[in-house]
Amino acid sequence: MAKININQDRCKGCLLCVSFCPKGLIKKSAKLNKKGLNFVEFDLNGECSGCMQCAVICPDCCIEVYK
Amino acid sequence: MPKNKILVSGNEAIAQGALQAGCSFYAGYPITPQNEIIAYMAKHMEQAGGAFIQAESELAAINMVYGGSAAGARSMTSSSSPGVSLMQEGISYIAGSQLPAVIVNIMRGGPGLGNIAPTQSDYFQATRGGGHGDYHLIVLAPGSVQEAYDLTQTSFELADKYRIPVMILGDGILGQMMEPVQLSSKKIAANTIKNWALTGCLGRKPNITKSFYLREGALEEFNLKLQKSYELIRKKEERYEGLFLADAKVILVAYGTMARIAKSAIMQLRSQGKKVGLIRPITLWPFPQAPLNVKNKKLKYLVVEMSYGQMLEDVKLAVGGRNKIEFLGRSGGGVPSEEAMIGKIKKLL
Amino acid sequence: MEKIFFRPESLYDVPTHYCPGCGHGIAHRLVAQVINELGIREKTIGIAPVGCAVVAYDYWNFDCSEAPHGRALAVATAIKRVHPQNIVFTYQGDGDLAAIGTNETIHAANRGENLSVIFINNTVYGMTGGQMAPTTLLGQKTSTSIEGRIKEKHGYPLKISEMLAMLPGVCYVERVSLHSPQETLKAKRAIKQAFENQINNLGFSLVEVLSPCPTYWGQAPKESLDWIRDVMQKEFPLGRIK
Repeated sequence: MAKININQDRCKGCLLCVSFCPKGLIKKSAKLNKKGLNFVEFDLNGECSGCMQCAVICPDCCIEVYK
Repeated sequence: MPKNKILVSGNEAIAQGALQAGCSFYAGYPITPQNEIIAYMAKHMEQAGGAFIQAESELAAINMVYGGSAAGARSMTSSSSPGVSLMQEGISYIAGSQLPAVIVNIMRGGPGLGNIAPTQSDYFQATRGGGHGDYHLIVLAPGSVQEAYDLTQTSFELADKYRIPVMILGDGILGQMMEPVQLSSKKIAANTIKNWALTGCLGRKPNITKSFYLREGALEEFNLKLQKSYELIRKKEERYEGLFLADAKVILVAYGTMARIAKSAIMQLRSQGKKVGLIRPITLWPFPQAPLNVKNKKLKYLVVEMSYGQMLEDVKLAVGGRNKIEFLGRSGGGVPSEEAMIGKIKKLL
Repeated sequence: MEKIFFRPESLYDVPTHYCPGCGHGIAHRLVAQVINELGIREKTIGIAPVGCAVVAYDYWNFDCSEAPHGRALAVATAIKRVHPQNIVFTYQGDGDLAAIGTNETIHAANRGENLSVIFINNTVYGMTGGQMAPTTLLGQKTSTSIEGRIKEKHGYPLKISEMLAMLPGVCYVERVSLHSPQETLKAKRAIKQAFENQINNLGFSLVEVLSPCPTYWGQAPKESLDWIRDVMQKEFPLGRIK
């Protein structure tokens, strides 16, 4: 059991986490954050393994990982 | 000789004065005519518990001084005119980061590579800031080897007190000549607590040394803070030596080595009953205003420099058009002679 | 559940000014993580460069100094000499370290100063608008090499890490990349090594980090990582150089 927590206000929408999630659990949101950027959303129902690839590649330290 | 009196060159006196003042970081690059300073530091700094670095350039040397000072050490470099030109970048950053530091310029002929003869032609560079931005250095001009020793110690105190770079402005004659110096036995204790220094943030919030103010209005705010500090320095730190000012009809204005020759001319004229005096600015910035702010319109001034009239501009500003001002100057290795001064003065009397 | 990945204490919880996908954000975090893992935050002094990372001290939660463009290693040398017990590092871009500061870089390395250097190579000047850097690849278009870098006119990409590795005062040089999570973790290990070397008084350590600049490469963030993988690392091969 694992999950991630995304700081969506801080997210700049670079989508690197989306590219590297091996399970495709992170998606670009249709909504905009305070900065007017498309942030990313995590699929809470998916089977996150806590591999941390998303957090490691995030340039803005927006992702916390729980396991 | 009395105890603790030694015969020493101006350059060595500066180095000894610095160590006496607790200078614990020196970085420099060889250049004539100040090499005795770097050599003395190489020999004695580590024994004194400090750090000495022969840098790869004056550019590196002044930025090492930035680092040494940011780390909280009393830091110094020395050079001569072309080297000091190269240091202007770092001096501007030191001023902009409000770091105390001592920079010695034993001036030589310019522009360009010039020559290695004594001049006073870096006055503008020293007193107007030299690098980019709205800043000043405190500039001290010793007139003897003893004073070179003493003022070097003063320079560290002033640098710490106002968090400002201080320049010792001498010339090749002062650097090379030997005179007896009474050594001081008192250590110049730290007169400020450097709670801004970079030491690691153990038990406190992180410190940052920087000169970068990007937020709108922030740089203007900072510059106004600097100006306030400069105003205080102007009020408190103007220094000069006055000689026969009470009854003088003609007053020579000269600093450093030039003032020594001026004194000799004055003594000769005084022995003939001529009423001649001397103002010798010791701080070139702030330039001493008080002795030149005299209401007597009949008073005449003769400014003598080893340049073509740099300090002359400050004398004119201080006198404010009230009095006649004559100028005598040579540059590029020429030194105005006692005879030339006497000739000029006699015409003015 | 236990939190297994989080913001390190050495990195302030503030937004950065970097463009989306910029490698500086990753590199800043790696440095901060390493400093926390080694337990040296309270004795570390960082030197920020001039360039995009000029305000790195606004993001790092430890003592920092600015340095004039290119002079970081002169400033760092002095700080380390005054405080040998502190951990002193510089963080510099390619223009800073390998163009305007080449002299300071080579001589600090040659003196074997006990310092750690994080060298960000993104092949362009970012802060000033994407001009040609010493590390710009042949053929790479920038605002000052509009037809692409031409060897006859502009010379070759400067491999300063290989040059520095020749010097006896240098104990460790490694080139790493941020083009994938796996490579980023290797980059972190290398940065840790550079700090550990300093802790063990081994001398001058440098980690060159191939870092994306999507904005001035004119690429999407993921595309810029692929460009490092497919193009840039051919010119700048990864791995330990010394």
